[in-house]
Amino acid sequence: MTKEQSSAITVKVQTEDFSQDLIYKQLASTPYCGAIVTFVGLVRDHPELELKALELEHYPGMTERCLFSIAEQAIQRFSLKAVQIVHRVGYLTPEQQIVVVGVAAGHRSEAFAGAEFFMDYLKNQVPIWKKQHDKSGTLWVEAKTSDQQQYDRWSKC
Amino acid sequence: MIRILFFGALRERLQQDSMNLPLTTSCSVEDLQHKLCAHSPAFAESFTSANLLCAVNQKLTKKDQMIQSGDEVAFFPPVTGG
Repeated sequence: MTKEQSSAITVKVQTEDFSQDLIYKQLASTPYCGAIVTFVGLVRDHPELELKALELEHYPGMTERCLFSIAEQAIQRFSLKAVQIVHRVGYLTPEQQIVVVGVAAGHRSEAFAGAEFFMDYLKNQVPIWKKQHDKSGTLWVEAKTSDQQQYDRWSKC
Repeated sequence: MIRILFFGALRERLQQDSMNLPLTTSCSVEDLQHKLCAHSPAFAESFTSANLLCAVNQKLTKKDQMIQSGDEVAFFPPVTGG
């Protein structure tokens, strides 16, 4: 769908599915990289919900810019060597993949922290919204206080 | 003229995803929200909510950010991606 790229950063926002394996392989070819962390977020059902789907809406252009900016901050802060991100939008059913973030670093502590930082920022800053379709109808998902707290802690350290 | 975009639950409540508004002098995001309140009861209800985020030219901003003619302004609820 859309793609922003620098030598170390790849950002894609698309309706199509992605391959975590492919992202891992691309990151593994990063020069002087000793650690890779990939995170994948899935559509989660709940026994009481009978979730049919999540519908993801985004702000085209700003979404890509925000993801790119977070990747730049993560690279700066954790000395990452490369960041790849794919975020899907549209109608996604339970167990489907929503998002993958992969980071390559010199060492594991930077890679773990970089991936977590990226996801905490994504959840609070990137203009994407989820609408839940379940047995009782549709409902816009509300932002969680816990996600805000996860985000806030990065400004304290 | 400024272009105003709406997303998510706000877009649904207002039953429109965008509008154009003439702007002769610059104003703040907060001023713009007051102007939008006069548009219709649905707008008045939505734009008095403290829980709306605003982006000017695709950057998240505070309510005192000034808006000029030609800007792209977006209003939306707190984000829930990931």
